[in-house]
Amino acid sequence: MAKLAAVVGIGQTHYKTRRVDVSIAGLVREAAVNALEDAGLGWDDIEAVIIGKAPDMFEGVVMPESYLTDALGCNGKPMLRVHTAGSVGGSTALVAASHVQSGMFKRVLTVTFEKQSESNAMWALSTPQPFSVHLNAGAGGYFAPIIREYMRRSGAPYDVGIRVAVKDRLNGARNPLAHLQLPNITAQEVEDSMMLWDPIRFLEACPSSDGACAMVIAAEELVSQSPRPPAWIRGVAMRSEPTMYAGREEVNPQAGRDCAADVYRQAGITDPRKQLDCAEVYVPFSWYEPMWLENLGFAAEGEGWRMTMSGATSLDEGGDIPWNCSGGVLSSNPIGASGMIRFAEAARQVRGDAGAHQVEGAKLALGHAYGGGAQFFAMWVVGAEKP
Amino acid sequence: MTQAENLSQAFELGFTYTRSTGPVVGRFLSALRERRIFGIRASDGRVIVPPAEYDPDTAAALDEFVEVGQCGSIVSWCWVKQPRAAHPLQQPFAWAMIRLDGADVPMVHCVAAAAEEQLATGARVRVVWAEEPRGYITDIRCFELLGETVGETASPAGGSGAAGDLPTPGDVAAVTRIDAPIYLHYNFTAGAAPARFLTRIREGVLTGQRCPRCANVYIPPRGSCPACGVATDEEVVLPDKATVQSFTVVAIPIPNNPIKPPFVIANLVLDGANISFIHLMSECQNSEVHIGQRVQAVWKPEAQWTYAMDNIRYFRPIDEPDVPVERIGKLPITGWEG
Repeated sequence: MAKLAAVVGIGQTHYKTRRVDVSIAGLVREAAVNALEDAGLGWDDIEAVIIGKAPDMFEGVVMPESYLTDALGCNGKPMLRVHTAGSVGGSTALVAASHVQSGMFKRVLTVTFEKQSESNAMWALSTPQPFSVHLNAGAGGYFAPIIREYMRRSGAPYDVGIRVAVKDRLNGARNPLAHLQLPNITAQEVEDSMMLWDPIRFLEACPSSDGACAMVIAAEELVSQSPRPPAWIRGVAMRSEPTMYAGREEVNPQAGRDCAADVYRQAGITDPRKQLDCAEVYVPFSWYEPMWLENLGFAAEGEGWRMTMSGATSLDEGGDIPWNCSGGVLSSNPIGASGMIRFAEAARQVRGDAGAHQVEGAKLALGHAYGGGAQFFAMWVVGAEKP
Repeated sequence: MTQAENLSQAFELGFTYTRSTGPVVGRFLSALRERRIFGIRASDGRVIVPPAEYDPDTAAALDEFVEVGQCGSIVSWCWVKQPRAAHPLQQPFAWAMIRLDGADVPMVHCVAAAAEEQLATGARVRVVWAEEPRGYITDIRCFELLGETVGETASPAGGSGAAGDLPTPGDVAAVTRIDAPIYLHYNFTAGAAPARFLTRIREGVLTGQRCPRCANVYIPPRGSCPACGVATDEEVVLPDKATVQSFTVVAIPIPNNPIKPPFVIANLVLDGANISFIHLMSECQNSEVHIGQRVQAVWKPEAQWTYAMDNIRYFRPIDEPDVPVERIGKLPITGWEG
């Protein structure tokens, strides 16, 4: 049986197109120091460090974890690097959580990052392959046909993605750390933005960001040593499946459904829309909100878009289940950190620490990440109440 | 299984990285440009060259720069008999751990020497600067031997000690970013199943493989079924007609690909196959492409056929009725009668 653990410190950087003032080490350091300060702790209070980032090709630093040990105070401690493509921020948090829930460690620091300005992440995701036609056009090129199939089978109107793109940017404008600050964005502006990978428009896609996110996870008996309210970890789950196999359900992947069912069971959730107060879900292209609403059981299959259009997921419109109050991946996307930001923002909500994007009285929240060809899933449920 | 040819292809993968140095490494590189070398003082008093941003023991942020000497002693080395193109010297040379005078920790650099026998622990060396330093570690072109040897523990005092008038971040002159392009060259050898596929497509034949357990046909084949995890070896020759499973219209150019946007990239399933692959669609109105549409390969002239999927230039629509969505990926090899 897993031991109780909680998030006692959270640190983020201000997400930006370029952080030319710091090295990669300086970037992760900033998030880690912020998390330690939030937790009222120092380097000596940490027993192990878990690092995550997306493919090394993004920055061209192979095994960056070995170069980051000084910056993260790893000397003499166990250190581990995690990689599960875009979901890595979530899976890194879960590896850190399991270090504590297993009883092996009392306090673990976990840090994820990406410094996308050092290269071109889109083409690092779409490298030419030997003996092949080079037709891979980035993550957007991969996901656009899947979104098109969702639109076909659900019969959703064309502007659902536009609605999400506006909502998440308005949320981002409430979050001073968010990369994109677009308080005056309009649906018309999104609709008029360039169609990059039809049906994905420029403003329906995530930005490229530099940034890092860190958390301190502590065992039950040490939680009270940190000054601020904890976010209790109520459920953790990961699932994966192959990228391509005959008959694979790409729109509503089985691994995502299984992962959600697992994390809800642990947290005692039978009706996520009703029981959760908010969710931070990995939505890098706006249409993934209605798709994941269905995959995660917030809406019946084919009905996710109706929920989005009703305003149920909107913080501004007082929806009953606000999604991505922080602005989400659509507002900030340091890829390796993007999943952890979802996990950390879910924790901030139940700690009552989300500032202008706080959901009033939030007690239970979902953090979600996905990666690869929508084949790796990582989720946790965090709560204000000790289970 | 039919014998496959052994197919190997030289391949380059590269990116033009631009690295932010941060204040500490930036200062080190800025100093190199002025033919000076700076280390940093660690929490225990040791001088580390090149400077570390954070203390390796205490994790404290470090900021006390110390100028060190331009001579030093070899701590250890290894001899490179046959330099490669990417090496800094094109004659035989040594990689060496060099403790500069005034430093407590050795740094790695190269040492020019006429013969391996000239190298020794304790051998004294001196910096040879590049003619035009630019703020890169290669501003130190190499080290040269002074022809003297000191005891292993001796570490003569360094240069001026405290770091005086260094350019600092924010100065126009300071180095803050460096170009760090990386190009990997390697030979890719196709496995048995892809090699067989490529050998056959060179003859204009599309060959997939059937899973012995689930009976699904994969093309291009990978030699195993990703769903069942079993080896596949039954070959299935497929026609060049396909159905559009989904698609996107791409508005941005692909690097090193001459195709001009907007172009249609479609997920296509060949008749008799159960998995899609992506390829170009052309000879069509982009706005009329749709899920379920029937298409056929347009091949390059036979004389241009090689071991590549782009023997097929693109797929074009054909005059056959659309395939209902629930039948896409499930058609027999004989195709779609409508």
